[in-house]
Amino acid sequence: MIKEEGLKRRYLVQNIWFAIFWLSMILIAAVLGLILYFILARGIKVINWEFLTAIPRRGMTEGGIFPAIVGTFYLVLGSIVVSLPLGVFSAIYLTEYASSDSPAVKAIRTAIHCLAGVPSVVFGLFGLAVFVKILGFGVSVLSGSLTLGIMSLPVVITSVEEALKAVPLSFREASLALGANRWTTIWRVVLPSSLPGILTGLILSVGRAAGETAPIMFTAAVFYARRLPQSIFDPVMALPYHIYGLMTEGTRPDKQVPLAYGTAVVLILLVIAVDFIAIYLRGKSRRTRKW
Amino acid sequence: MLFLVAFSSLFFLIGIVVILFVEGLPVFAHVSLSQFLFGKRWYPTSSPPQFGALPLILGSLLVTGGGLLFAVPLGLFAGIFLAELCPPRGREVMKPIIELLADIPSVVYGFFGVVVIAPFVRDLLSLSTGLTAFTAALILGIMAVPSIVSVIEDTLTSVPRSYKEASFALGATHWETLRRAILPAASSGIGAAIVLGAGRIIGETMAVLMVAGGAPVIPKSFFQPVRTLTATIAVEMGEASVGSPHYHSLFSLAIVLFLFTLVLNILVENLIPGGRRRVR
Amino acid sequence: MEEIKLQIKDLNVFFGEKQVLHQISLNIPANKVTAIIGPSGCGKSTLLRSINRMNDFFEGMKVEGEIIFDGKNVYAEGVDPVIVRRRIGMVFQMPNPFPKSIFENVAYGLRIQGWRNKKAIEEQVIKSLQAAALWDEVKDRLYSSAFDLSGGQQQRLCIARAIAVEPEILLMDEPASALDPIATARVEELIRSLIEKYTIVLVTHNMQEAARSSDYTAFLLLGRLIEFGPTNQIFTKPQKKETEDYLTGRFG
Repeated sequence: MIKEEGLKRRYLVQNIWFAIFWLSMILIAAVLGLILYFILARGIKVINWEFLTAIPRRGMTEGGIFPAIVGTFYLVLGSIVVSLPLGVFSAIYLTEYASSDSPAVKAIRTAIHCLAGVPSVVFGLFGLAVFVKILGFGVSVLSGSLTLGIMSLPVVITSVEEALKAVPLSFREASLALGANRWTTIWRVVLPSSLPGILTGLILSVGRAAGETAPIMFTAAVFYARRLPQSIFDPVMALPYHIYGLMTEGTRPDKQVPLAYGTAVVLILLVIAVDFIAIYLRGKSRRTRKW
Repeated sequence: MLFLVAFSSLFFLIGIVVILFVEGLPVFAHVSLSQFLFGKRWYPTSSPPQFGALPLILGSLLVTGGGLLFAVPLGLFAGIFLAELCPPRGREVMKPIIELLADIPSVVYGFFGVVVIAPFVRDLLSLSTGLTAFTAALILGIMAVPSIVSVIEDTLTSVPRSYKEASFALGATHWETLRRAILPAASSGIGAAIVLGAGRIIGETMAVLMVAGGAPVIPKSFFQPVRTLTATIAVEMGEASVGSPHYHSLFSLAIVLFLFTLVLNILVENLIPGGRRRVR
Repeated sequence: MEEIKLQIKDLNVFFGEKQVLHQISLNIPANKVTAIIGPSGCGKSTLLRSINRMNDFFEGMKVEGEIIFDGKNVYAEGVDPVIVRRRIGMVFQMPNPFPKSIFENVAYGLRIQGWRNKKAIEEQVIKSLQAAALWDEVKDRLYSSAFDLSGGQQQRLCIARAIAVEPEILLMDEPASALDPIATARVEELIRSLIEKYTIVLVTHNMQEAARSSDYTAFLLLGRLIEFGPTNQIFTKPQKKETEDYLTGRFG
């Protein structure tokens, strides 16, 4: 076959660009590796049973992060209590009830997109003004949970919506044809079929909420709490805020930075666990789904 | 009832806007709008206090621009890699990496920036401090990569197969097909990816608060400390007493921030037709 | 018999475990229209796409046998499909212009080939549009979007785009199936006018179209070549029972 003019050069250009694409991907993986390596390598030795179960001592230079773990747990739980019902009902309305081009749906969708783009610190201000001040909840688990819950709403709605849309129309039709009404159909057929998808979205939003700092720094978190929260009106310590506090408020960086490393490790492991669960769930629902 | 709950996002969005304005506007009893937007001094606790937000606005823009400088090429190229070059099995490895990068909390990025990147930057460029706009841009750039990658990948895979076939059938190489047929057809999605990345960076708080150095002065160089809108709100809200001009001024900063993200949002909305967009 | 442009020898094509083409041997004569007919799913399109190696993109595709073009097997080691595709052009079932101007659509292949001279590109674009019988309709709006054209015009634009790089063979995969009767007639007319310069292989499920536009016809059934010969012979005196059954509408 005749050699085409310039074909060699064309392939050279292609190879150069493709090498750049490869390198970019490798670089991204390397950056992640670097972050994990630096933090895990230095932080893992801080972690022991005491670190996870003790309260901080001696002005945050010794002891553990137990109250921060508990605080983050409460905040995440609280945020789910807020975002899950709102998110599921919103998504049901968007996919099952309203026609997709009604003005109401358009307005809601635009609002979801806008809300997703609002900086986290702005949610913090909103929570401060509304929950802490106007409603008088104070700096508390309640205020923080509400703020975090509202912030995770767009993610929850979107993932529930995707899960609902994945349920074939024929399931709904079959149920409706058997005389079930719309609500029964959704409750008995659509929601159970989309449970793995909803769970995946929920878990991802948990990971997100657990790592957020800006929304809770004025609404829920304190750098040091003498006791664990006794009610939803108490302030809490939280893992991300604890890292920030150790790095900025300390007087003994030599002792506090290692503690921050340890806390960062806990947070990273939490995120990794959440991601793996989500991947597992996604894979499982793909494997077991017969439709 | 269901109908009302469905409107909760809209309700909260309006609530945020109302609160920002109600709490933010009172500061203009103490400072004129032009002084606020173009004043060069941000000394909210001196007497009399000065509320010139220009250094903060410029700080945010500088860090955002710088962050995009890192994030856009990296995200674009990696997105192209995932959509076009990566074998399916490789994708199963790379996707979780991208997702993990997206899910690492921003405070951890900030921490990593402070303990690893900043000292490195300081020593490399022999600066007096490594906490600079450059360092912040680097970290924020990395943070924006995952969202850019995933939008680019979505966009490229949704380009009709027929364009690709037409190009190959004309004797184009894979790269030529990408460069001349696929990328041009995906240009609005690529634009949207960049805008979304910008939104991610400009709203980022904790990492920039820890890494950017925090000096509220008009940045003259990429390698000096800066303070962004978000960092200012986060660091000063703790000390501002409720109802004071300082308190209100921080809400005004949030209005500016909100308007920035609103503009970016409108841009994205025009670049990607509504329904196809994913919230991450 | 006339000059042979393309020689298909014992071609077997597999997609994974499934064999879609069995022992196809076929000589495509130069400067004629060869139609490939057969019921849907018989492997017509696969055969066509094997010729310019467009099947390479399908995961798990395997080819045995030879397709000799210009004295060489297009599947031989060291043969670059990029060159094969430049010299063997293709027109698809659905018109698939790029989202670019009419001019840029036709110039696409030229730019790929490294044409830089503006004047030369312009001349070639005009020539190709004229050859595709589209010039008169678009000469006043060369820079408007190709999507503004009607379906039939888009398909002729795709033909112009394909012939701009001066291929020797044109493969057409049911080029008129998405068009209305008037547009179809124009495309068929165009196909006839192109054989002066090109060898055309035309896949169609429309037997009238095959009868009207082709010189030779190959009948494919379940991945096997049943019969091949001059079109009027196939349509009037088919040798095989299957061919007759198909032509008389007993199946397909």
